[in-house]
Amino acid sequence: MSVGEATRTGAARATPRARARTGLVTEQTKRTIGWSGAVLLVLVFSLVPVVWIVMLSLKTPATATDGAFIPHQWTLSNYSDIFKTGIFTSALRNSIGIALISTVLAVLLASSAAYAIARLDFPGKNVILAVVLGVALFPQISLVGPLYNLWRQIGLYDTWPGLIIPYMTFALPLSIFVLSAFFREIPWELEQAAQVDGATPLQAFRKVIVPLAMPGIVTTAILVFIICWNDFVFAISLTSTTRAETVPAAISTFPGVSQFTVPYGDIAAAAVVVTVPVVLLVLLFQRRIVSGLTAGAVKG
Amino acid sequence: MTAVAEPAAAAPKPRRRRLTERAREERRLAAMLVAPAAIVMIAVTAYPIIDAVVLSLQRADLRFPSANKFIGLSNYGHVLSAPVWWQDVFHTVIITVISVSIEFVLGMALALVMHRTLVARGLVRSIALIPYAIVAVVAAYSWELAWSLNSGWIPKLLGLTGDPLSHTFGTYVAIIVTEVWKNTPFMALLLLAGLALVPDELLEAAKVDGASAWQRFIRITVPLMKPAILVALLFRTLDAFRIFDTIYIFNQGAQGTESISILNYSTLLNRLNLGLGSAVSVLLFLLVALIAFVFIKGFGAAAAPGGATTR
Repeated sequence: MSVGEATRTGAARATPRARARTGLVTEQTKRTIGWSGAVLLVLVFSLVPVVWIVMLSLKTPATATDGAFIPHQWTLSNYSDIFKTGIFTSALRNSIGIALISTVLAVLLASSAAYAIARLDFPGKNVILAVVLGVALFPQISLVGPLYNLWRQIGLYDTWPGLIIPYMTFALPLSIFVLSAFFREIPWELEQAAQVDGATPLQAFRKVIVPLAMPGIVTTAILVFIICWNDFVFAISLTSTTRAETVPAAISTFPGVSQFTVPYGDIAAAAVVVTVPVVLLVLLFQRRIVSGLTAGAVKG
Repeated sequence: MTAVAEPAAAAPKPRRRRLTERAREERRLAAMLVAPAAIVMIAVTAYPIIDAVVLSLQRADLRFPSANKFIGLSNYGHVLSAPVWWQDVFHTVIITVISVSIEFVLGMALALVMHRTLVARGLVRSIALIPYAIVAVVAAYSWELAWSLNSGWIPKLLGLTGDPLSHTFGTYVAIIVTEVWKNTPFMALLLLAGLALVPDELLEAAKVDGASAWQRFIRITVPLMKPAILVALLFRTLDAFRIFDTIYIFNQGAQGTESISILNYSTLLNRLNLGLGSAVSVLLFLLVALIAFVFIKGFGAAAAPGGATTR
């Protein structure tokens, strides 16, 4: 449903947005060329490192160190190599599982808090918002020592919950900012209108409010997933084996053939694999991500 | 964990009762809804930071667990009198100031392109988001392997004969480029939020009055964007100050690039000295709090959380 909506609205906006009223073709051409140049610059700046890591992942081990941007000999063996090792496949499984569970939990907690912040009147709202801002600005590395110590004592070290708990926590501030911004825009009167028309409260909620709230929830889920998927600090400090090590931590510990060789191909291939989901999310949900982050920024 | 689902599901059905009853019910519901998130946030941040304070007052070395004892502020004395602490503060400040400044200029340019381009607007917005969304470790590897003389294309492009990552200056350039690349889109998005609030009519009117594009930008756009600029700078400064991933992947702080976070990590997890490491954690926490305080108080309440309720 959300995908369909994204493409529908995307298509609607794609029509030329502003037409130059000058009537002078040359003026408009000049502006188009200017914007094209700027756009091209942005595309090159953003894409070169991504293309580079893809290129590196396609080089054979013999040519990995030749410094050429485009491979002289192409191969997919780096990809088959990493999927043969338990390190990478279990890391991928850990990454996906931990990020998804953290996302669901963070969105659940944040939805209920954001609903209260956006819709209800209660004392201490500003205190809550201060706590949220405080956590948003918190230096995560400061928690690494105490959590490492505590997790080892209570058996959460190197487990999924050991990462899910900090991920969920540090995803909450952004989730609450973004969701309360979205919830403020929902026309809640519709819920009562539906009840007046004979719907039960549950029906009114499910048929009217849930569809209206969905775009905000999807946006938040995407942003939270990206945060959890990307984390490195906690992943490298609170895990040690394939039990819970996520991909970013696993890549940084990839063993080379010997101690003195860097496994360029493996690192690059793993980097590409872990990048694919976020690139897909960005391409599919660009409008949502932009609106979510800008809404969160303005309101927060 | 399953308990949290219940208030979330019950959330959006506030029953309408009699008016006096209603206000009380509303408060009770609000408390129930906010409590889970608030408790999680406070438990997972406040408890460990208090624990860090306690640990920082002890001799707590995991290699010598029997030698644990309360030693007052001597860990702090140890850290603050060590040259490595002050060097790392200096490295962190250098990286933060330079990368956030560049990010601000480029981020403003990117925001303007995303906001105003007549060409390929959707494409620009999508592609520009990629660095923001990409895994930080991947970004760091991509740039490190690009700069390294062993594997990279950049030394070749620049005609360098030595390895840029074998000396301090080259390593700083590479690390700052990585940070700028990764974080400029986020800066741009925060600024874009501000740009969207500048009314077009105002810019049109100024244009009619003969203001140049630069004048319109400096005199109208920037002042109206001030709150967004402050939020963007605050978030990015604090984030840059915590820099860890990029440096860890590049060289774990060799070549004189060790940041406070790297020092913190290596004291805790390589040297397993929880007491000293926690003292570094607490000092970093205080520095971050100080920066946030200076931003919020020094530049007005624009970035304060109260903004959320008034808008």
